[in-house]
Amino acid sequence: MTGKPVPPRSFQEIILRLMTYWGGKGCAVLQPYDMEVGAGTFHPATTLRSLGARPWAAAYVQPSRRPTDGRYGENPNRLQHYYQYQVLIKPSPPDLQQLYLGSLQAIGIDMELHDIRFVEDDWESPTLGAWGLGWEVWCDGMEVSQFTYFQQVGGHDCKPVSGELTYGLERLAMYVLGVDHVMDMPYNDPDSPTPLKYGDVFRQTEQEYSRWNFDQADTEMLLQHFKDAEAECERILSAPETDKAGRRIVMAHPAYDQCIKASHLFNLLDARGVISVTERQAYIGRVRALAKKCADAFVTTEAGAAA
Amino acid sequence: MPDLLIELFSEEIPARMQARAREDLKKLVTDGLVEAGLTYASAGAFSTPRRLVLSVEGLSAESPTLREERKGPKADAPAAAIEGFLRSTGLTRDQLETREDKKGAVLFAVVEKPGRRAPDIVAEVLERTIRAFPWPKSMRWGTGSLRWVRPLHSILCLLSDEAGSQVVPVTVDQVTAVNTTEGHRFMAPGRFAVTGFDDYRAKLQRAFVMLDAAEREQAIWHEATTQAFAQGLEVVPDAGLLAEVAGLVEWPVVLMGPIGEEFLGLPPEVLQTSMREHQKFFSVRNPATGRIEKFVTVANRETADHGATILKGNAKVLSARLSDARFFWENDRRTVQTVGLEGMAAGLAHVTFHNKLGSEADRIARIEALAREIAPLVGASPDLAAEAARVAKADLQSAMVGEFPELQGTMGSYYARAAGLPEPVALACKAHYQPLGPSDAVPTDPVSVAVALADKIDTLTGFWAIDEKPTGSKDPFALRRAALGVIRLVLATHRQLPLLSLFRLIFLWRQQLSVAGHADAYAVLVGVQVAIRRDGATVTTPSEAADLLTFFHDRLKVHLREQGIRHDVIDACLAMPGNDDLTLLVKRAEALSAFLKTDDGTNLLQGFKRANNILAQAEARDGVEYSFGADPKFAETDAERALFAALEQAEAAIAPAMQAEDFGAAMAAMAALRAPIDAFFDTVQVNADNPVLRRNRLNMLHSIRATCASVADLTRIEG
Repeated sequence: MTGKPVPPRSFQEIILRLMTYWGGKGCAVLQPYDMEVGAGTFHPATTLRSLGARPWAAAYVQPSRRPTDGRYGENPNRLQHYYQYQVLIKPSPPDLQQLYLGSLQAIGIDMELHDIRFVEDDWESPTLGAWGLGWEVWCDGMEVSQFTYFQQVGGHDCKPVSGELTYGLERLAMYVLGVDHVMDMPYNDPDSPTPLKYGDVFRQTEQEYSRWNFDQADTEMLLQHFKDAEAECERILSAPETDKAGRRIVMAHPAYDQCIKASHLFNLLDARGVISVTERQAYIGRVRALAKKCADAFVTTEAGAAA
Repeated sequence: MPDLLIELFSEEIPARMQARAREDLKKLVTDGLVEAGLTYASAGAFSTPRRLVLSVEGLSAESPTLREERKGPKADAPAAAIEGFLRSTGLTRDQLETREDKKGAVLFAVVEKPGRRAPDIVAEVLERTIRAFPWPKSMRWGTGSLRWVRPLHSILCLLSDEAGSQVVPVTVDQVTAVNTTEGHRFMAPGRFAVTGFDDYRAKLQRAFVMLDAAEREQAIWHEATTQAFAQGLEVVPDAGLLAEVAGLVEWPVVLMGPIGEEFLGLPPEVLQTSMREHQKFFSVRNPATGRIEKFVTVANRETADHGATILKGNAKVLSARLSDARFFWENDRRTVQTVGLEGMAAGLAHVTFHNKLGSEADRIARIEALAREIAPLVGASPDLAAEAARVAKADLQSAMVGEFPELQGTMGSYYARAAGLPEPVALACKAHYQPLGPSDAVPTDPVSVAVALADKIDTLTGFWAIDEKPTGSKDPFALRRAALGVIRLVLATHRQLPLLSLFRLIFLWRQQLSVAGHADAYAVLVGVQVAIRRDGATVTTPSEAADLLTFFHDRLKVHLREQGIRHDVIDACLAMPGNDDLTLLVKRAEALSAFLKTDDGTNLLQGFKRANNILAQAEARDGVEYSFGADPKFAETDAERALFAALEQAEAAIAPAMQAEDFGAAMAAMAALRAPIDAFFDTVQVNADNPVLRRNRLNMLHSIRATCASVADLTRIEG
């Protein structure tokens, strides 16, 4: 951590630097999961791979959707679609904090001028039946990352323990680039032939999805989709372990896709305001039950086996 | 005498856990050392975000040798018995001593436990302490199985004396004790060795780590108040925040910055809560206006630009937060100005209060009816109290309270004013939650008192009705606090509120409501009252009513004990009729407590007890109750005649005093009995040979008992 870091010039440069940094530290640089999720944690590279004894190291960007956070592109800090940068390393290395601080340095945060602190923040995902202990990391009073040591996922103890880092990319980038409104943030290099701001890429979609999420999404259909996803998840998991050719193939991932679907459908229904306070807990419990069953299935597979 | 230094160096320990962890470390280690036979002169524990430290001075170098003797069988006992003794002591026959005893030769085993060296004991105690440390929440990391609050990186464990210092050999999982530590994460990275506590502390200070949390607190507060004072401002005191912030930094650097002009119009509570909860900033106010104008943040490092970058970043985050708050504030006020607070509260129909107790809207309907009912008893306008109850919880639906739940009530008051509601209603929005704890103020405005009572009594009767009472240390709905709140409210008003009949009414009413619904809760309440008045005693009293009253009595005892009133004094008053009237009960208890502290009081109590004992014995023996009334014509001595006169006078004075609830006067009248009773017992033999005299004197004792019993049940007083 010596020498003045060179400040990045765009949102994408920050992502590229994180990719280079974590790739250089031995992480497999993965691509986003091709489904709608509420957070990078839902990517099977985190949820499922944090289970079992096999070492794992992955980093990726995950587009994340939080329908209730939509503000039609008007709020400087809130979006219904945004990006998380996610790192998961199993077992958690002893120098994970130093590695993490190195990544901040890599994206242009000068450790000599800023105040970085680790403030208690325990993580719990009721929908995933998961929890861990860690911090939110503050840079000059702003939360720039979540840092968690996973203790349990899908109801299973994590052995060994994974270290998880989650960066809220827009917020972090706005801070590093000194931008006040997310839509004003340079997406690519401002000096490129076609300079694009974040708003050029996402303002219209924020408007469209905000309207759909809040007013238009067909709740009857979403409710049916929720039930379908739930049923399909259960069906996949109750299928015999051996296929027609006699091979043992447990379908943990296809089942987990349905769990992800159910979770996102629940978020959409929530945004439409059709889930009452009492029902909320019941829906969360149903998704958690699916997540647990998927975890149960995954730990019987090669990738998820215990030591 | 060596000194011991232990440092457990980890990733950042949550600030809120540090104080407790210091105490636990000190207790577990020193208790362990003492249990193993070591002594020490003094011990002190310290913490920073990354370390938990214990310094023990004057530790003994080894534990003493212990000699243990065990008596065995006789020397000529059967071989099997001697075998057994050898097995149990682990000795051989020739190691046993034979001693002469009055029964003959007896075998003794003498086992010497040699003392152990301090390093061995420290190693053992430290490992045990680490493995069993009572963190509120702990975790595993990497591949290990050890649990600690966050990953434990190094253990420093040194014993040092004049000859030098040595590392205590201890390894816990993969961490082996060393004599080195680290300084500030950013300002002085790298490890260094230390030789003992003083060296450790001094080197840490040079490495930008202030070891003592109390010193950090002092430094922060001193610097913050100095900076504020220089600009004619003052820091809003906040001991909880100060302790937390001191637990977040190793090298506190205080920075003061301005709050944007556009946010200064926000209520001070909003500014303060937003800054405190989200940013851990202190509020800095202008003492002339009370307005909060600046913030103080505490960074964990010095920088070349003297904190300019850090302050700029913090100010920017604050602006984003306060923009949100201002948005909520403006939106909420627009809402109440268009649809009123009741309009804001409409959504509460869909919010469940408790799945067995219905929605928040149902609860508000009950509180409204109760507030209307209670209002006249506390001098409030029933209509205003009902209106206040209707809107007092509306702010639960506001955007601001959604974001800052701790501002419930406070925002209600602001929004009530924005909606143009009468001031007593606005006041009640906040005050009806009070008192929030034993040290919180009790509201005084009658409307606030009525709604506060209604709210708490609704909560208590509700959870009583579904049998969710506090048990042991479990009180998830804070019912003890609610009952204490009712007690303090009633006592502060000096008004009489007969609780038993109120509870009875409410429990019967709740039964009706579960059928009739909450649409016209007050009409249902009136209906129940009419039925009670009409049917009188034939209306059953739900058993919960008496049970809840007992709960109140228990809380009252705790409350009065804290005011210095003995439990037996309270019992003596609780045994009297009208004990569901807390005001009366406490007046009686206070008067009795004061009376028993006087000379007259203690002596009268002795006289009363003597009379009562003699009378009780005689009544038990004779199988009659001597309540015929004594006749003055059988009085033989002056002492008897004087007591007759005194009793008559006392009765004449006590009855009206009791009627007027003037317990002081009643006690004073009772005090006048002291001298005649003493004189009576000094000169008169109660159990006279003459049966007529005896019966008359016993009847006289009875009137002593009856006269005193009309004031309080003195049989319950101890001593």
